[in-house]
Amino acid sequence: MVTSSFVCNRRLGAGMTLTGAEIVVRCLQEEKVDYVFGYPGGSVLYLYDELFKQDRVRHVLVRHEQAAVHAADGYARVTARVGVALVTSGPGATNAVTGIATAYMDSIPLVVISGQVPTAAIGMDAFQEVDTVGITRPCVKHNFLVKDVRDLATTLKKAFLIASTGRPGPVLVDIPKDVTAQRCEFVYPKDISLRSYNPVIKGHSGQIRKALQLLHGARRPLIYFGGGVVLADAAEKLTKLTRLLNLPCAGTLMGLGSYPGTDRQFLGMLGMHGSYEANMAMHYCDVLLAVGARFDDRVIGNTAHFMQEPRKIIHVDIDPSSISKRVKVDVPIVGCVGDVLDDMISMLESGGSTGPGKDALDAWWRQIEEWRGRNCMSYKNSDEVIKPQYVIEKLWEVTGGDAFVATDVGQHQMWAAQYYKFDKPRRWATSGGLGTMGFGLPAAMGIQLAHPGKPVACITGEGSIQMCIQELSTCKQYRLPIKILSLNNRYLGMVRQWQQIFHGNRYSESYMDSLPDFAKLAEAYGHVGLQITKPGDVEGALREAFARKNDLVFLDFQIDQTENVFPMIQGGKGLNDMILSAEDL
Amino acid sequence: MRHVLSLLLENEAGALSRVSGLFSARGYNIESLTVAPTEDASLSRMTVVTNGSDEVIEQISKQLNKLIDVVKVVDVSEAPHIERELLLVKVRAVGKDREEMKRMTEIFRGRIVDVTDSSYVIELTGTQEKLDSFIGAIDSALILESVRSGICGIGRGERVLKL
Ligand SMILES: Cc1cc2nc3c(=O)[nH]c(=O)nc-3n(C[C@H](O)[C@H](O)[C@H](O)COP(=O)(O)OP(=O)(O)OC[C@H]3O[C@@H](n4cnc5c(N)ncnc54)[C@H](O)[C@@H]3O)c2cc1C
Ligand SMILES: Cc1ncc(C[n+]2csc(CCOP(=O)(O)OP(=O)(O)O)c2C)c(N)n1
Ligand SMILES: [Mg+2]
Repeated sequence: MVTSSFVCNRRLGAGMTLTGAEIVVRCLQEEKVDYVFGYPGGSVLYLYDELFKQDRVRHVLVRHEQAAVHAADGYARVTARVGVALVTSGPGATNAVTGIATAYMDSIPLVVISGQVPTAAIGMDAFQEVDTVGITRPCVKHNFLVKDVRDLATTLKKAFLIASTGRPGPVLVDIPKDVTAQRCEFVYPKDISLRSYNPVIKGHSGQIRKALQLLHGARRPLIYFGGGVVLADAAEKLTKLTRLLNLPCAGTLMGLGSYPGTDRQFLGMLGMHGSYEANMAMHYCDVLLAVGARFDDRVIGNTAHFMQEPRKIIHVDIDPSSISKRVKVDVPIVGCVGDVLDDMISMLESGGSTGPGKDALDAWWRQIEEWRGRNCMSYKNSDEVIKPQYVIEKLWEVTGGDAFVATDVGQHQMWAAQYYKFDKPRRWATSGGLGTMGFGLPAAMGIQLAHPGKPVACITGEGSIQMCIQELSTCKQYRLPIKILSLNNRYLGMVRQWQQIFHGNRYSESYMDSLPDFAKLAEAYGHVGLQITKPGDVEGALREAFARKNDLVFLDFQIDQTENVFPMIQGGKGLNDMILSAEDL
Repeated sequence: MRHVLSLLLENEAGALSRVSGLFSARGYNIESLTVAPTEDASLSRMTVVTNGSDEVIEQISKQLNKLIDVVKVVDVSEAPHIERELLLVKVRAVGKDREEMKRMTEIFRGRIVDVTDSSYVIELTGTQEKLDSFIGAIDSALILESVRSGICGIGRGERVLKL
């Protein structure tokens, strides 16, 4: 394979040639990548050799490639930077697919580098060959197969550009082994542009004016914000506009933290497990300003039912295909949330427009307060058995509402979203779109590495944690003092809840039998493990855990086995048809 | 509603599967799809014939535009345009059928491009309907084999799809 390695000749002076592997590492350095999460194998040996010879790009050795991608993803969610993962060909690449799809659904910027068999072996059913570009095509923003070392640097430059701009997303770069050994001159392009890729950033001013006119005439306005506000780092602007106009606002699971969760103007999370006041306001508002949210089915419930209520919809999104996809929109505004909100604020401040009339708005707020008076998030606490909601409330207290929180998927995820009131963006990492069990712990690793010394909690369930439990070993190796809160109900709780409500209490395969002693398991990995069975011990255990600044602590909370997540909108039902508690069933 | 979408895309390995994969993944219809490089070797031009409501067509064109390899998308069927398809059909041509096939080919302004003692290959271009009616007009028992190119479309007049 090295015969063709002198594609470009060594020239004196300027153009020193580098191998493909050296080029990859140099590109990562140019992009100021501080961590690469990965796992080695045959096709990436040259790359690992180059990583070994330098110390600017640090490599984190996970225990499964899925975790490498989730860790890069967690890192990206809290830093606004591109997360990077490195995997070998064949099984390394297929193991990474779940992580890539998770990032794709939530629009998280990643560059995933995969090894590939040598170019001459492609298509020969070579050892550890899979069509990685083909397999990942539907779950990446874009991908590349680099067949010529001379294309390597520009391809990586494009990958970082595509991943991090417009609607962010994962980009995969597949590199055959021989390409990493071949040599050529290294030039990292400063700027690069693609003729077929020009995301619209600035919103159309006529449309923005129309939007403000609608808001001016509104009697029951609502701001509906989503993950796009986090991705655009536009939380402050959203907060400013919301306060300027005294509007109520509500967020999606992905948007949490974009507007202070403890503020009066925040009505809570929307959707299936959202608050009563948020969903009622969404249903009955007359002007809806949607910013960086995609009208997901978990949020609007039954589309036909949602559309029965007359209302005008303004939709700000950087991706035109998000607009009018599920619901017809009256004022589409394609652009970056940050720029569009800026324009709205300056038009309002310069007197070009004003908000809704005070009387109408006061009446609307009275209606909202009445809905809020239902106190939909109340729950019956107990002295005997630990209630999961109580654990999250205490976590919020103990961490002063300022922890970084990663979750897995299930009931515990919803309780985390409902009871941990995020006041800041980029504190919350959860798999919303794909709903990937196993995401939590590796994501927490990426977060802890990004923010050493900061409190990081992983809220999980006894089912989910076992999908990536091997990462306890990675946590030991890199001394990651994550606090794992397992809300252990001995059930695949979210599945059990649906079986209880929709399948006549037949708990088919949702009981988690033969569970390990998690506290002991954590100890076996060299961490601290605590099992908590009494409500009275919850707060003490949390305080002890967070006081142990250098230890990973696994908190196994034995919670009420059959607690359900409320409020809840049943599939196919409308937003104004919520089950508020077990009594409504 | 039937629509004819024209695309300019990067002439890169995999660009075609990105487009066809998009249609299958999102459950959009493809009636026909043709693609070939253009006079600018870095670009391919594709014509996709699809059908769907206005909302679906709008989504299709947004989703196509979102693909990094897609440079431009237009719905040529939105305005006056020309559609052409090529048909090659091999027919049995013996006895009295030999004259009859020749006559039909002339009527439809086709050409016979291959001749043996017992068969012809007939070439015909035109709209989809014209090719359909030719197929309908000849004796189906005599068709040995046929192949159609799928539709190519181009706007009339000053409308140009170019970089
Ligand atoms: C068990 C479970 C239960 C769930 N229950 C709920 C629930 O009750 N409520 C709920 O809300 N969700 C729930 N979800 C999550 C849900 O599935 C979706 O992931 C979520 O609602 C989508 O959030 P979003 O609309 O903010 O979109 P995101 O997926 O965050 O998408 C962001 C949008 O913003 C746009 N965007 C990105 N960057 C920018 C920018 N710079 N400028 C402008 N626009 C930009 C994107 O194009 C996209 O349209 C649940 C998930 C699970 C797993
Ligand atoms: C990889 C994967 N497989 C299956 C599911 C379906 N699923 C959603 S929630 C859930 C149960 C999760 O159980 P647990 O982690 O114990 O959390 P709990 O709901 O009990 O809090 C399952 C199986 C999923 N989301 N992800
Ligand atoms: Mg459970």
